[in-house]
Amino acid sequence: MLELTSQDWTAILLSLRIALVATVAALPFGIAIATLLARKDFWGKSLLDALVHLPLVLPPVVTGYLLLITLGRNAPVGAFLADHFGIVFAFRWTGAVISCGVMAFPLMVRAIRLSIEAIDRRLEDAASTLGANRIWSFATVTLPLALPGIIAGCMLAFARALGEFGATITFVSNIPGETQTISAAIYTLTQIPGGDPAALQLVIVAVIISLAALVASEWFARRATARLHGA
Amino acid sequence: MLTVDVEKQLGEFSLHAAFEAVGGATALFGASGAGKTSIINMVAGLTRPDRGRIVLDGEVLFDAATRINVPAWRRRIGCVFQEGRLFPHLSVRHNLDYGRWMSGHAANSDAFGHVVALLDIGHLLDRRPGKLSGGERQRVAVGRALLMRPRLLLLDEPLASLDAARKGDILPYLERLRDEARVPMIYVSHHAGEVRRLATRVVMLDGGRVTATGGVELLDVARDDVLA
Repeated sequence: MLELTSQDWTAILLSLRIALVATVAALPFGIAIATLLARKDFWGKSLLDALVHLPLVLPPVVTGYLLLITLGRNAPVGAFLADHFGIVFAFRWTGAVISCGVMAFPLMVRAIRLSIEAIDRRLEDAASTLGANRIWSFATVTLPLALPGIIAGCMLAFARALGEFGATITFVSNIPGETQTISAAIYTLTQIPGGDPAALQLVIVAVIISLAALVASEWFARRATARLHGA
Repeated sequence: MLTVDVEKQLGEFSLHAAFEAVGGATALFGASGAGKTSIINMVAGLTRPDRGRIVLDGEVLFDAATRINVPAWRRRIGCVFQEGRLFPHLSVRHNLDYGRWMSGHAANSDAFGHVVALLDIGHLLDRRPGKLSGGERQRVAVGRALLMRPRLLLLDEPLASLDAARKGDILPYLERLRDEARVPMIYVSHHAGEVRRLATRVVMLDGGRVTATGGVELLDVARDDVLA
């Protein structure tokens, strides 16, 4: 059976925390960008679309490196945030949240955008004739109807964040207890002679967590869809 | 009183219509493609005319010259659409309450009860729109528009999606609505029979222009078999 060391547990809990915080933090931006892309036509839309999708096609190491040279302690944005707000991302778990969030963002936006595009806009018209301004009609009609897509987007993002490796290890390194996630811990163990059995333990944990996330996402999405259609 | 004088270019189709509607039920009557729904959408504030003016009870809702365009959500004009457009994620009761929520009125169980009784939808309150028949759905849509306390009610072919038997079921409710609810109505239809039963005045439309206005006797000139 599984015999997890305290270091394993640290990595597991840290992974879950990073993935969860990354998903929650990305969600408002994800909904905003998805709505913008689904509903508005503006100059530079295809550029924004491409930018959002970039982490999906770039090698993760490149994304991590780009984060390092913008948000690193000696990088312009990173230094500014550190000097003025005391916010430091480099080699902190919060930095892992950033890299995981960035990597998961395209998947989240895609799922939410598709669900918003599928909503009958005439329902929003109906809401406006009933006295709802844009914000209210968005909150009471668009968002609830997009809920299955929002849930799917969150689950995809969570799963992606949980598995993130390349960008994270490049940006915030592999520090046990601070930035060492399950993936990084497995990688470390496979580099040590005789580390394979311990790595296998974590592999099993990763499989269990991923399966649980998939099953949960399926369940939530089905419930949300059923609610929408009046079960 | 509603005064409409609007122009809009919709691709190849040019709409230029002017008419007035006093209390009671005014029918916008014409074949499909005559511009009826476009006019309704402009009165409701859902589309913007290119030129012209829309005035309701002395309030200018739209005036191209002075750049006035009151947004739909501030117009207090109730709409019943062809397909009902009930909110699928809300129960019938919450659909009916939606307009009241958005305008911030306190619950008024008398008004609610009255509308529910008028339209005979009391047994549907806890259902979702997905579980309603076409006729029930349209009755709920009428109730939803009435309960927002509109200054004017726009009905855009509310019976078009129903079969003949269902139409017959709903027409009496619309007649009661006209006689009891005391809200001026504009009723869009291409069906002379419906218009004859419901309308007090008729505005005939053809090709984006008003061709005649007057009483229901205008319909005797228009041949049912052509338009229905």
